[in-house]
Amino acid sequence: MPDLSFLLVQMLNGLASASSLFIISAGLTIVFGVTRIVNFAHGSFYMLGAYLGVSIISRLLDLGWGFPMFLLGILLAALAVGVIGVVMELVLLRRIYRVPELFQLLATFGVVLAVQDIVLKVWGPLDILGPRAPGLRHAVDIFGHRFPAYELFMIAMGPLVLGLLWLLMHKTRYGVLVRAATQDREMVGALGVNQALLFTGTLFLGAALAGLGGALQTPKLAANPHMDISVIAETFVVTVVGGMGSVPGAFLAALLIGQLQAFGILIFPKITLVLVFLLMALVLVIRPWGLMGRPDAGHGRVVLPEGILGLERYGRPEYVLAGAAGVVLLALPLIGDAYAVKVAIEVLCFALAAFSLNFLIGVGGIVSFGHAAYFGLGAYGAGLLVTRLGFAMEPALIAAPLIAGLGAALFGFFVVRLTGIYLAMLTLALAQIVYAVAFQWVELTGGDNGVVGVWPSRWAAGRMVYYYLALAVCVAAILALRRGIYAPFGYTLRAARDSELRADAIGIDVRTHRWLAFTVAGAAAGLGGGLFAFSKGSIDPTLIAIPMSVDFLVMILVGGLQTVVGPLVGAAFFHAIKDFFLPLTDYWRLLVGLAIIAIVLAFPRGIVGGLSGLWGRGERARAAA
Amino acid sequence: MSLLSVEGLSKSFGGVVAAKDVTFAVEGGRLLAIIGPNGAGKTTIFNMVGGQLAPDSGRVVLEGQDITGRPPRRIWRLGAGRTFQVAQTFVSMTVAENVQMALVSRNGRTRAWWPEAQPLYRAEALALLGRVGMAADADRPSSELAYGDVKRVELAIALAGAPKLLLMDEPTAGMAPKERAQLMQLAAGIARERGIGILFTEHDMDAVFGHADEVIVLVRGEIIAAGAPREVRANTQVREVYLGGSDAGGTRAERRAAP
Repeated sequence: MPDLSFLLVQMLNGLASASSLFIISAGLTIVFGVTRIVNFAHGSFYMLGAYLGVSIISRLLDLGWGFPMFLLGILLAALAVGVIGVVMELVLLRRIYRVPELFQLLATFGVVLAVQDIVLKVWGPLDILGPRAPGLRHAVDIFGHRFPAYELFMIAMGPLVLGLLWLLMHKTRYGVLVRAATQDREMVGALGVNQALLFTGTLFLGAALAGLGGALQTPKLAANPHMDISVIAETFVVTVVGGMGSVPGAFLAALLIGQLQAFGILIFPKITLVLVFLLMALVLVIRPWGLMGRPDAGHGRVVLPEGILGLERYGRPEYVLAGAAGVVLLALPLIGDAYAVKVAIEVLCFALAAFSLNFLIGVGGIVSFGHAAYFGLGAYGAGLLVTRLGFAMEPALIAAPLIAGLGAALFGFFVVRLTGIYLAMLTLALAQIVYAVAFQWVELTGGDNGVVGVWPSRWAAGRMVYYYLALAVCVAAILALRRGIYAPFGYTLRAARDSELRADAIGIDVRTHRWLAFTVAGAAAGLGGGLFAFSKGSIDPTLIAIPMSVDFLVMILVGGLQTVVGPLVGAAFFHAIKDFFLPLTDYWRLLVGLAIIAIVLAFPRGIVGGLSGLWGRGERARAAA
Repeated sequence: MSLLSVEGLSKSFGGVVAAKDVTFAVEGGRLLAIIGPNGAGKTTIFNMVGGQLAPDSGRVVLEGQDITGRPPRRIWRLGAGRTFQVAQTFVSMTVAENVQMALVSRNGRTRAWWPEAQPLYRAEALALLGRVGMAADADRPSSELAYGDVKRVELAIALAGAPKLLLMDEPTAGMAPKERAQLMQLAAGIARERGIGILFTEHDMDAVFGHADEVIVLVRGEIIAAGAPREVRANTQVREVYLGGSDAGGTRAERRAAP
């Protein structure tokens, strides 16, 4: 039984991490409140704050003056990141305030990818620990326990920032406008407020807060190129629990989560994340809009959703095209070399995952940002069964979709209680939890290195045989899902997406149907993951990581989420390009990031939406002629 | 036993009383209109009957069965169809598919992966569309329709559940005057031929006094008058609210302000 003074020290630890969580989350939640954009690049701002902080503070400290210089360095880093936020608003966000949420999220994720490569280029791949704060390098004695003085400083920073934000929000004209815009953006615009300035200023504030959080961390947490994604998942949890747009809510949630982690580590040292998940699940069930958030405003006139609109019946050209594709797929091992077959197997696995994702997004309107979790659950499930429990390939491949489906059923229970941006954030946070478990539970999963030796049964060991196996399984699964889209189940999902109010009023249990869809899509992705594991012979955490989820999203974006077969084309196209360019460049993420941004800016209605718009114009012109 | 009886329904939001001890009944084949100035609590009552909102106290009884606080999907299964103030249809589907969807749900096949949905219950859907005069538009995308036609489709969707009770929240809001009269005639005709009871709210007085069998006047959540249209029209208290009060000229503006 730990004594009282030890518990007190744990509580102080929790308060210190809560401060840091709050400062970062406050920026995200303010930006969301005003712009209605969930800015993934907030994690990049935080990372830039850390790297800039390290660079600036070490140079300043060389000049002397100790602690004031340290503080100045932190402030300069925060201001610099604020300016980067302004640039992002002017160049990108300003153009996408009116595009569908999915594209906004993807565009800001494009920035995340680009910044990752830039950071690697400027600061290199190694972790960089910042200089410790002069005057705060000692430890303080608290009831016989040694506690770092810097942590006490951190504990004070949270309430200090909360107080300053409160003054800003309640005592300045800018703050009044921010609060007004958070409640009713249209009204603020109608009152003649200079919105452009308001939005730019808000991005400055939000980015500077993220930069401040990053710079404050440098003496105790080394700046590293992965900190953007890990912090974004944590801040998502804080803002969702606290309520989007609510600064006090973010403070409350950060306190709760900070304490939960500090004490959770005593009870379940390995799985504090699971406790965080349980807290979030509890809050979402009781208050789906967070502790201090408000429910979304009522239902207005129904608008055309982003996704599959009509289902076209196949005519002769479509059947000929499908037949030709089938012939090429069957003949591929005969025409292509071993490498082409390897790539083709990967494409098949990704195509199944992308198709299942569009089953959620294009049909159900359920925008999941964490579909790789289920792909990864399938891969890890199959891989671990084979390597740890000595299963053969066949039962492991059957287990893969079952394991992924179970995971999707569990997570989906909470996911389907939300919609829109909240849902996207929750799926991302959940995927990050699966990733963290795979990463941290080294004894079982091999941690960062993963597990090797996931080989197929002897009969399927040859590339060609395995290709045909993957082809048969993937095509069968895709056809089964496609059937679901054309069946009453798919129509029901579309109905719920089009108008939840109407669906409910004709007796449709919307949540249950969405939950079923989430489970089925998760299982299908898991099957793709299982097949992928055997084709590579290994599993590792990148299969679950957020970039993999984004790859799936880009595949359906490129292929067109308004079409049933688009995701398959997108998967083939994207993976082929990636496979070709990845070895040739050090800047793959930069390229993909910029490409995503370019696509969103050029086709704010999605690629197929844009093309069919052009097509429609041509048709009309011809009809008029 | 009445088809629908509402007994002592109350609801307040914070300190604002939206409904106070509201009691009325709807009989099969008859039209009951709830009227009242903006903010009188009409939609609140509607949402409590339709299941979108739970009352603080009171009971809603449909054919002898207590449906108070049940979710809309259950209430629909027990025989109450609904149309909304702002029409709600499935915009990605054709007109016929919208109605087919309701039929799929009524037949409990929303989870089916077999057979294809497109031909399912099509004949029945076309018959319902024929009844509301939309058969010719069956294969058009519902997103292309004029608003008045969307309202007709919504009526067909509601009828697909073979309801005993129709809840119509401002059925003619946002429509041109001629369309309004046609839609009310259509709804009234269907109600009488099938013995369906209709509960509706309305700002358009032509629609109310031309078609309702009974009118309830709601002011600040309370019923101040109820009876046949002629009696209500003659009621001095009602005249005061509509002609003497500040709301007299409000109805047209309210209609325009409706989203």
